[in-house]
Amino acid sequence: MKRFIFTNNYILWLIIILFFCSPMVLNRYWVDVLNNVGLYALLGLSLNIILGDAGLFHMGHAAFYAIGAYSSAILNTQYHIPMIFLIPVGGIMAALFGAVVARPIIHLRGDYLLVVTIGLVEIVRIALINDVFGLTGGANGIFGIDRMVIAGLKIRKPHHFFYFIFMFIIFSVFIFSRLKQSKFGRALNYIREDETAAQGSGIHTAHYKLLAFVLGAGWAGMTGVIYASKMTIISPESFSFWESVIVFMIVILGGSGSIAGVILGAFLIIGLPEVFRGFSESRMLIFGGAMMMLMIFRPQGIIESMPQMYKIRNKP
Amino acid sequence: MEQFFLQLTNGLTVGSIYALIALGYTMIYGVLKLINFAHGDLFTTGAYLGFTVLASIALTDRLGQYSGIIVLAIMVMVMVGIIGIVLERAAYKPLRQSSRLSAVVSALGASIFIQNAIMLIYGATFYFYPQDILPRFTINFFGIAVPIMRCIVFMTSIALMIFLYVFIQRTTIGAAIRAAAIDQDAARLMGINVDRVISIVFFIGPALGGAAGLMVGMYYGHINFTMGWVYGLKAFTAAILGGIGNIPGAMLGGLLLGVIESLGAAYISFAWKDALAFCVLILILIFRPTGLLGERVADKI
Repeated sequence: MKRFIFTNNYILWLIIILFFCSPMVLNRYWVDVLNNVGLYALLGLSLNIILGDAGLFHMGHAAFYAIGAYSSAILNTQYHIPMIFLIPVGGIMAALFGAVVARPIIHLRGDYLLVVTIGLVEIVRIALINDVFGLTGGANGIFGIDRMVIAGLKIRKPHHFFYFIFMFIIFSVFIFSRLKQSKFGRALNYIREDETAAQGSGIHTAHYKLLAFVLGAGWAGMTGVIYASKMTIISPESFSFWESVIVFMIVILGGSGSIAGVILGAFLIIGLPEVFRGFSESRMLIFGGAMMMLMIFRPQGIIESMPQMYKIRNKP
Repeated sequence: MEQFFLQLTNGLTVGSIYALIALGYTMIYGVLKLINFAHGDLFTTGAYLGFTVLASIALTDRLGQYSGIIVLAIMVMVMVGIIGIVLERAAYKPLRQSSRLSAVVSALGASIFIQNAIMLIYGATFYFYPQDILPRFTINFFGIAVPIMRCIVFMTSIALMIFLYVFIQRTTIGAAIRAAAIDQDAARLMGINVDRVISIVFFIGPALGGAAGLMVGMYYGHINFTMGWVYGLKAFTAAILGGIGNIPGAMLGGLLLGVIESLGAAYISFAWKDALAFCVLILILIFRPTGLLGERVADKI
């Protein structure tokens, strides 16, 4: 068994190394497709904390993504703060927004929370279109956002972004996998499996659920900043409800709660339609059908989230 | 003041359409405890089927204006109702024993599927209902000119709702539906065929939604494959507002939401009209999650 895991790890490392070399053989277009996959994988990872680990049906993730992208775009175009410093700022803004909106709705259960978060993302989109506070530029959005500059290198070509985004993904995977094994991650899983029992064991469920929301929102906000600097132009249509649905599907399809599953889900949902471009019209139709079939035949997703194993240490 | 009454009649008309759609949500929720996200798209299906039937077999020319439209409405309701039954069999029945997330995701999948199927069949453009099929005059209500279509839509919706209410309260099948809504297992022990009850509910709800779609097509004149989403969400808000699982609640919630929305659009801001409905939804879920008339489902939230 142990050996099997080791060989598995070798294959995994091989895939990662090949993947990192891939921009050298791919053309600009495909590298850009991989960048999109990467951005959605980041969004999926951030939603995974809320939906996969804590089991909260949250379908308004595009709202946090939008808050991150817009706050960085406004600060950059109005006050000319370099985008690289705005990554944490965008994350904090989205996290604050997440905390404020999640606080009153966190006690809602299941599908009610789902509907409220759908309402939330629509309100945010309408607010952006209506040029709230005169800052968001209305339906046209904001343009002329700066690229990021790291140590004198301006990140603007697709393969620059490729390395930037995938470094960020590796960082996120590291953080989230550590988090999964921490007290916080265990508490979230307990809440997902049985909220009443979790409460009975002394877990402050509202507190942990809110924390999951804030963390997921913050990460989505940071992804939004990267998106803004990649596109240099953002408009409300990029943060519609369908974005939320796509991210939701990535998590559910890949396997909610499983980090590898979410990344695989991003590849399947964002990358695969690019391979089969002939079907681009019926893409969403196939997704819809796939969602129904998946729930009937494999509700846990493609890569199942395995129960954690812990070594029991004997007390001295 | 005239402006106020004009907006009020407009709100009641739109609200009665919301109420009709909300009835489908509330009935299905009552029996299955499932939010049927595909309901809004069944509403769109009704609008498109009405358009197709109207354009292809020219009912109004053969049967005369009024009887033609009545026959059309019945045909659309039956067709959408059958689609509803098929949907339940395909997407929800296999998931009856599994977790709620599975059913919700399946419902969303069904919604996306139907919406895109309509787009692939009809194309992503607007369709326009023929404008000469319906009377286009206004009648005078105490000095306010009200288009006759508003009255027709309002009256038809109210008639359908009263019919449904009597059906649920006075017939044996209605009693079976009420029993299944309270406790499915107990209903099964009493000899009620719960599967059949669910099929009936999935016929009536979508049939009413399809009728609403047809009315929207005739009232506004144009239809689009994405319209079901916004109408569905607002009707769902109406169902929550009145208390989900509660049939008179859905009617009250629909009318109230329509009036709030049209008055809000007139006096607060037109651009924020849609956001207003979602704010109502969030506020009602935070402060009175059981809705205005609902009591029974308090523990479900």
